[in-house]
Amino acid sequence: MKVRFWGTRGSIPVSVTAPDIRAKLLAALAGAVGRSLDTPEKIADYVDRQLGFETSGTFGGHSSCVELTGDDASHVILDMGSGARPLGQHLLEKYGPDAPRTYHVFMSHLHWDHIMGFPFFGPVYVPGNRIVIHGCHAGIEEAFRRQQAEPSFPVDFSQLAADVEFRRLTPGESYAIAGLRVTPKLQLHAGDSFGYRLEAGGKCVVYSTDSEHRLDNREEREGFIEFFGGADLVIFDAMYSLFEAISVKADWGHSSNIVGVELCQAARAKTLALFHHEPAFDDTRVASVLQETRRFEEITRDGHQLEVIAAYDGLELEV
Amino acid sequence: MELETRRVGDSIVVSPRGRVDHATADAFSAALATHVAQCASGGPAIVLDMSGVDYISSVGLRALMVAAKQVKAQSGRIVIAALTPMVREVFQISRFHLVFALFDEVDAALESLQKPA
Repeated sequence: MKVRFWGTRGSIPVSVTAPDIRAKLLAALAGAVGRSLDTPEKIADYVDRQLGFETSGTFGGHSSCVELTGDDASHVILDMGSGARPLGQHLLEKYGPDAPRTYHVFMSHLHWDHIMGFPFFGPVYVPGNRIVIHGCHAGIEEAFRRQQAEPSFPVDFSQLAADVEFRRLTPGESYAIAGLRVTPKLQLHAGDSFGYRLEAGGKCVVYSTDSEHRLDNREEREGFIEFFGGADLVIFDAMYSLFEAISVKADWGHSSNIVGVELCQAARAKTLALFHHEPAFDDTRVASVLQETRRFEEITRDGHQLEVIAAYDGLELEV
Repeated sequence: MELETRRVGDSIVVSPRGRVDHATADAFSAALATHVAQCASGGPAIVLDMSGVDYISSVGLRALMVAAKQVKAQSGRIVIAALTPMVREVFQISRFHLVFALFDEVDAALESLQKPA
């Protein structure tokens, strides 16, 4: 499976600002002082290898959207946040307007930041395309139709050219969809959210965002350890610090890097991708959280080494 | 979990030992509860001597948070001393260093409690 992140930011899309760009330029130029950067190759090496990603790149600002592609060329999309817009553009450029395809979408929940990209997802305007939206919420179709009704959007849902279907899933049951074994799981979030365990060819990706973890609930913890069990990649809502998640932001429906590491360690998962980044954090803060999380994994390691990464818009992983 | 305790002036030094993790956090909370209940205005302040704790998990940190909230509601005082290097890092990464006053040594913690809050 190939996993590509199109939106990794939590709650609301954000953008790199002019002061952010200026700070990156100042840091890059300060770091270049005294270096012999007199060829394009040396400059590229400096940017790609010497500068940190928080300076040379950005974690991006689109809200949740992740693409999975498997061996059978079917397309699976996890959530329809604002990252669905560049994903749709990419798909239209890749396949053109005359090659109808089927897309399977799995929705964690129906909050705005997870559905807002749908009206901007280009393939919905291409006749012949089939878009199957899977989810566990009773009101899933209504949520998608409502955001395109007047006065919220100029194009009504009924005007979409593609064939859009909605399929209700039951948490805890496994389904064979698009060449994958897909198992949804109920998570703690306002109005409920659902994680997905997606398996194919002996590989496993778990998508678990917008999920709060009650630390005093042993049964819940064991359920998530089983859900994450042996996963090659766990995409995990690590929006807050542990302190915030269980104090001032308790009941806000999100989790922390600490709990992500602990659950993945117990589940013997291979890679933890920090996801749903706090929108108030700039690239330096997200990079700092990543560095701290890697250190936490290192000092709490119990014989199983967990790789920790921070997802960013544009990141591609082969699982 | 057994907690060693000793009275020093108007304070009580509480010393847990070992790991505070998902297996021991409930016992840790239960053992701490008696002291926390007495940690009110006019009662003994608590110095939590963490020198014997070599690991603390999220659920252990939650137990400390619950204790801190209760003590605050009772107008008592609780501080933490002598974190091992590993546990100190966990406090910083989890941002729990923002929850408690931290002291390198128990004596320094006791001294701080002699001053008005």
